[in-house]
Amino acid sequence: MTSGDFGQLAPLIIALPLLGALALFFFGRRIGTAAGTVASATIGAAFVIGVVTFFELLGHEHGHRSSVVELWEWVAAGSFRVGVDLLIDELSMVMVLVVTGVGTLIHVYSIGYMHDDPRYPTFFAYLNLFAASMLLLVLAENVLLLYVGWEGVGLCSYLLIGFWFERPAAANAAKKAFIVNRIGDLSFLIGILVLTTTVGALSVGQINAEAGAISAGMATVAALLLFGGATGKSAQIPLYVWLPDAMEGPTPVSALIHAATMVTAGVYMVARLSPVFEASSGDLALTIVAWVGAATALFAAVMACAENDIKRVLAYSTISQLGYMFLAHGVHAYSAGIFHLATHAFFKALMFLGAGAVMHALAGETDLRKMGGLRRVMPVVGWTFAAGWLAISGVIPFAGFFSKDAILASAWADGEYGLWAVGVLTALLTAFYMSRLYFSVFEGDLVVPEGVHVHDAPVTMATALVPLGVLSVVGGVLNLPGVLTLEHFLEPAVGESHVPEGLIPWVLAGLALFVAALGIGLGWRLYARRDGEARRRAWQRRVPWLVTGARNKFYVDEYYGGLVVGPAKRTATFFADVFDTRVIDGVANGAGWVVARSAAGLRKMQTGYVRNYGLVYLFGVVLVFSLLIMKAVR
Amino acid sequence: MSNFPFLDVVIFLPLAGAFAVGLIPRDNDGALRWTAFAVTLVTFVVSLGLLLNFDSDAAGFQLGTDVRWVKDWGVGYITGIDGISLWMIMLTTFLMPLAVLASWTITTRLKPYFVFLLALETGMLGVFSALDLFLFYVFWEVALIPMYFLIGMWGYANRIYAAVKFFLFTVLGSLLMLVAILFVYFNAGEGATFDYRALLGTPFSPEVQRLLFLGFFAAFAVKVPLVPLHTWLPDAHTEAPTAGSVMLAAVMLKMGAYGLLRFAIPLFPDAAREFVPLVMTLAIIGILYGAAVAVMQKDLKRLVAYSSVAHLGFVVLGMFVGTVEGMSGGILQMINHGLSTGALFLLVGALYDRRHSRLIADFGGLSKSVPVLAGIFLFVALSSLGLPGLNGFVGEFLILLGTWTAYRWWVVPAAFGIVLAAIYLLWAYQRVFHGEPVIEENRVMIDLNLREVSMLAPIMALIVLIGVYPKPFLDTIEPAAERTAQVLKEGSVASRDGAQQLRRHIVAGPLVPVLEED
Repeated sequence: MTSGDFGQLAPLIIALPLLGALALFFFGRRIGTAAGTVASATIGAAFVIGVVTFFELLGHEHGHRSSVVELWEWVAAGSFRVGVDLLIDELSMVMVLVVTGVGTLIHVYSIGYMHDDPRYPTFFAYLNLFAASMLLLVLAENVLLLYVGWEGVGLCSYLLIGFWFERPAAANAAKKAFIVNRIGDLSFLIGILVLTTTVGALSVGQINAEAGAISAGMATVAALLLFGGATGKSAQIPLYVWLPDAMEGPTPVSALIHAATMVTAGVYMVARLSPVFEASSGDLALTIVAWVGAATALFAAVMACAENDIKRVLAYSTISQLGYMFLAHGVHAYSAGIFHLATHAFFKALMFLGAGAVMHALAGETDLRKMGGLRRVMPVVGWTFAAGWLAISGVIPFAGFFSKDAILASAWADGEYGLWAVGVLTALLTAFYMSRLYFSVFEGDLVVPEGVHVHDAPVTMATALVPLGVLSVVGGVLNLPGVLTLEHFLEPAVGESHVPEGLIPWVLAGLALFVAALGIGLGWRLYARRDGEARRRAWQRRVPWLVTGARNKFYVDEYYGGLVVGPAKRTATFFADVFDTRVIDGVANGAGWVVARSAAGLRKMQTGYVRNYGLVYLFGVVLVFSLLIMKAVR
Repeated sequence: MSNFPFLDVVIFLPLAGAFAVGLIPRDNDGALRWTAFAVTLVTFVVSLGLLLNFDSDAAGFQLGTDVRWVKDWGVGYITGIDGISLWMIMLTTFLMPLAVLASWTITTRLKPYFVFLLALETGMLGVFSALDLFLFYVFWEVALIPMYFLIGMWGYANRIYAAVKFFLFTVLGSLLMLVAILFVYFNAGEGATFDYRALLGTPFSPEVQRLLFLGFFAAFAVKVPLVPLHTWLPDAHTEAPTAGSVMLAAVMLKMGAYGLLRFAIPLFPDAAREFVPLVMTLAIIGILYGAAVAVMQKDLKRLVAYSSVAHLGFVVLGMFVGTVEGMSGGILQMINHGLSTGALFLLVGALYDRRHSRLIADFGGLSKSVPVLAGIFLFVALSSLGLPGLNGFVGEFLILLGTWTAYRWWVVPAAFGIVLAAIYLLWAYQRVFHGEPVIEENRVMIDLNLREVSMLAPIMALIVLIGVYPKPFLDTIEPAAERTAQVLKEGSVASRDGAQQLRRHIVAGPLVPVLEED
């Protein structure tokens, strides 16, 4: 890690949206309807500075594209020192561009989506605060500062999920998100403590440089604790349960925070600190990362197949795709993970925004069984959504094909055929449930709720959909051999990746395409054709347990409620209402009663006139001091 | 200006103010309020002189006075501050004007109320400045009595019970401390003296040290409070008027933690070291138990009170792990807890003024009717639950870091406290502020007024400042923290060398300025 001399503008990338947030908090009422423009301008300006800084970085030679900007010393005690320092390198700048780029589009989209909301300025204040926290997270040069951004985005997620706090479901979802994330954060925080003693510093550069010297056992412990944090923020097993509920937030929030950016923080963090994971004995930590990712990918995909709420389908899909990214990391293919992170940000944000446009047009309807044929009445939304659908399904030449293929090929190259197989199976399910969603909503006969006049997305919303649609189509060029190679670009930050040689990649790609076609075909047969319903029933009869299980989310929330929340609540109630009041306080009161009885005679002194007490007290104080002073002068 | 006796003026200004208030006719509410406010504000301004003249690099105590006071009893009027007492004094003088502002809603018997409040300030400031055990004890009691009356006279429905309970718990603890002080006085080697500096390094035998430590510990553990000596606290906090709760939580609890640092550990270092596992265990139990009990509270003030038990558990944990990081974090956390819990009590008080209830179930949907109050409440709650970027995180992290460095996996149960803090605060927040305001009084509630915002704004500013730039605080705390941590780790009075070294550590020379050597 070399200390460069560029990126002096980077602090502005964080400061601008932060200033926007502060302005909107303090003067929101005065700014009023201009709030959306103000917020979009600050994040847009951050994007421009991001681009400038990115070109500054490109101006340096490969291998010398890393620079640290030191701002001020933050926490210092004893031998512990941590500063507010920013790291500008290939990885952080890719993240900055994704966050500010997609972020700007979603800010603009929100101008249209939220225009009727009575708390319009507050919404944009939260959105800007989120952007600032997320940018701090990706630019932080030490893990403690990263943790500040990490919890900051968690806070904004809480605020935005609960934005419509009047609805109990939203308030509950917000609280659940924060608390589940805190459990992950506890793990992360202890991981940070482990790093302070094993490495002796929290600087990303120093940790990564010295990770090789950590004992393999401690490296495993540290890596798994860090990953524990990632399972919270990036919604992996066992802490994914907050994300589906988070769909209670306004849809732009789901697109920005719960699809494109915040939930990828865990993916970013693992890549950022990859040498710690690599130092684990026998790849134990990475194996766990990969299998947790793969299991989550498959499990969430199954649940997505049975979900009827359009946003929740996308939420499960996000959980599943995040699982892919961890799978990639687990087979040492960090750049493939980051590549998928970027393309996923494009197509998933796109689909969320499309879903938002649909809800906007259908008076808030989210049940995909009550929609149909919408592409003809809302062509912009329909066509852009189709781009997202094909991208996530892995159809060539859409963006998702390249990034997903890179992950599967890396798993194969690493000799992890089991992981590869789970990935392929998940790809099949992904193509299927996404086709189900697309066909149900956009194709077939026109179905809309009664009395609703359907309109296409308004200008601000379309402004965001079109660029994201284009990116979903062509985003794959980021890593197209011979054109641009993200992998090569990221190499200094996350290390080399290995892809299979010779004929194998072509075979694997062909297989992936075949699986995608299979999934789409199946979706088409079951959901696009008029006789789909009968066929669906026939399929469902074959695996009734799976269907029931998936429809009930495999009862995970119920298990958590019964095994964790319930007993914890009962214990706390026992402590609060029985142990503390009866036992501990009972002993104290019993002792007090004895004293009180024997002191009953003193009652006479309680005259009830406060001024008497005050007088007596003051007199007493004066007496003590004057006696002492008299003794002193004597 | 450096010869101006800032410390003594700061300590006694409020008492003088109490007399001034005593001269005002009792029905002149305006004059009483504004006089009290002016006195506390001037006290704060003068205390800034302490901050400006404090030399972070100087060892030992400074800015104090050393007068042989009652010579034949060996009593001295000895005061002086280090980085620990400095911030405790600043916290007190900073919060007191805000507490007076919060007292604007008090309408009965204003005159004795403000007399007590001002006398309380002198007592607390004296506790943090005294370097003579006798003087310390006098101030300790001077602080106790006004608080008893504030709770008993201006409190809520169950105030008499709460006040008596508070009094008995504290007095019983104090008596044990008094016995220990007198024992030290009569048995210290160099003749009868209460001078803390002279008593340092007194070679008590291990058995005696243990008993004396426990004597001091009894008084301080009740005050902190450590589980299971905490049950006076929820009652006292809940029944006290807002200003009383604020000063009780923000400053009075710190008198206990401060006493441990200033007296219990340095005077009896070998015993203190022996008791480290016990104290740490009690601290960790406090963190988890206080938080668990807080979760289920139905009364907002009781909830905040139990959260104090958990937070003070963190403070004591940091102090006893014996590392500079933990010690600094513990001391910083004393400030942090004073700010965030003080603000929480101000906010709960504002809610009470509007609804005449503290029960969570009586609220709901307030974000809609009082968005400013809701926003500030959330901000303070986030500070209290240790959100990074705000003050609480810096302290908690340093405490956890110190614990990890010295005791490794002991840190896990303590760290679990941060999860519980999120649960009790956010759950309560949801029930009070989220949802639709179904009760009419909640729907038409009036938002914070200028007076209320101006008592909260300075606290919020400090919450952010310590969160993003704690350096000025940590830099002044560290030397004192380092010395005390060193004493806990290595200090010993068993050998002559050890005792001398200990004395050098803590005292390191005369007070500046030395006023009078009789």
